[in-house]
Amino acid sequence: MLAAAAIVVNDLRKRYDKVDAVNGISFAVRAGTTTALLGGNGAGKTTTLSMLLSVLTPTAGSISVLGCDMLQHPYRVLPRMNFTSPYVDLPKRLTVGENLRVFADLYGLRAPLQRIGELAREFDLSGVLARPYGTLSAGQRTRVSLAKALLNRPEVLLLDEPTASLDPDIGDRMRTYLETYQRESRCTMLLASHNMGEVERMCDDVIMLREGLVVDQGSPQELIQRYGRETMEEVFLDVARGVGDEADGDIPPREFAA
Amino acid sequence: MHAANESSALFFPQTGIAASARRVRALIRRHAYLLLKSWPRMVSMAYYPTVTMVLWAFLTVYLKPTTNFLKDAPGFFIGAVLLWDVLFRGQLGVSLTFIEEMYSRNLGNLFVSPLRLGEFIAGQLTMSILRTLIGVGGACFFAWLLFRYSIFSLGFPLLAFFALLLAFGWGIGLAVSAMILRWGLGAEELAWAAIFLVAPVSGVYYPIAVLPSWLQSVAWALPSAHVFEGMRSVLLAGAFPWEHFRAAVALDVVYLALGIGTFRLAVRHARVHGKLLHMGE
Repeated sequence: MLAAAAIVVNDLRKRYDKVDAVNGISFAVRAGTTTALLGGNGAGKTTTLSMLLSVLTPTAGSISVLGCDMLQHPYRVLPRMNFTSPYVDLPKRLTVGENLRVFADLYGLRAPLQRIGELAREFDLSGVLARPYGTLSAGQRTRVSLAKALLNRPEVLLLDEPTASLDPDIGDRMRTYLETYQRESRCTMLLASHNMGEVERMCDDVIMLREGLVVDQGSPQELIQRYGRETMEEVFLDVARGVGDEADGDIPPREFAA
Repeated sequence: MHAANESSALFFPQTGIAASARRVRALIRRHAYLLLKSWPRMVSMAYYPTVTMVLWAFLTVYLKPTTNFLKDAPGFFIGAVLLWDVLFRGQLGVSLTFIEEMYSRNLGNLFVSPLRLGEFIAGQLTMSILRTLIGVGGACFFAWLLFRYSIFSLGFPLLAFFALLLAFGWGIGLAVSAMILRWGLGAEELAWAAIFLVAPVSGVYYPIAVLPSWLQSVAWALPSAHVFEGMRSVLLAGAFPWEHFRAAVALDVVYLALGIGTFRLAVRHARVHGKLLHMGE
């Protein structure tokens, strides 16, 4: 049975001056699944995530998250969402615990200290809760950002390069935690990543973007088969380089409409 | 997904005045953490107002034997400089609170949280009150300690002057924040310099009557000119200047509305141009 869509994007466009960053994309993300938004630099991933979070106003199109019109009523659904992104940071002079406490209060948690304690244990942050955020390593900061993103037990979680600066061990633990969280909470995750192993492991669906367009979509296995490749890494390279664009063969990058 | 009862067990309601107050308190907590752990930061907030006050106090000591005006109102310059600092600190409190978020690259996190724009502004204004109380409060204490001058000798009018200047400072502070959001941290200098544009026409240390007539028209369009003229009225005539008070209230409403409107427009512009996630140091 098909799950209902948690995110529905219809003919979404974003134009900056003379550049079309997102050029009329439509897709749906099934509730309770993990979907990857893939594409090279400038493909429109972060722009799309920003519009989904309502920090960027689209030029045209519509976005529905958890049944709410995100462009008209973002505050109805923002308490049920969260995100991490390498483009934002947390106040560096506040300790990790203080940062998490501020966001726990912003999201209205009744028992903030308990939740911070849980996440600190899960993300191995107990030892750094009293340290200023600015003194942490890149990997520790990424874990704090993930902890911040999970404070409100989000139903929709948007992750922009969530494990980019983590070593393989910590990265693996984070993926395991996110998979467990997703399975137990039935959270919907939309993830922009350049780590194809991560995508193959975590994602039920993949949306391939290029030059602001959705050029393909399917499960990782479907895409690997469709492109006649062995890994998502190879599929990614094919899509990013436009392999098969001019060919009349079996690899038809195409605009996808949900 | 969250069942409704599970959600209410884990979270406070997200709508209503109590929810807004909680989110504003969270913002205040964020800035209080920063201020309270740094004594140099606290000292620097009171340092400039205190040093300026001391300068004007010694000038008063020097001029008083030869100046009838200062014999009638010996605390005039000290009161003026303290009230001027209410305006300056009020504006800085708003602008620096905003700049702090930009330096931290934290705007993205805040604007994807349930925090509404009005709550964000309320947090900035509350922090402005706290910063002003710390900064000017320190100078007031030293004015009493060193020169036995108490700003509280102004009585009830002091409260009115304080509120009127603070509100004007908020209007300018929000407009400055809007410009920094619009043009980036390169416009940060405005936070320190903007207020001095109104200083010459506010009549802080001299009556508005000394200005050229065309400049007097400009001055009367500022709440600060009415406040300082009112302060002179209280000190020299002992009368509360209701006419100036009403004019200052009306002008404050206009400037505050303009400040809020400008800031809202800047946020809208930032949303259109993708600056909320990408702005920062």
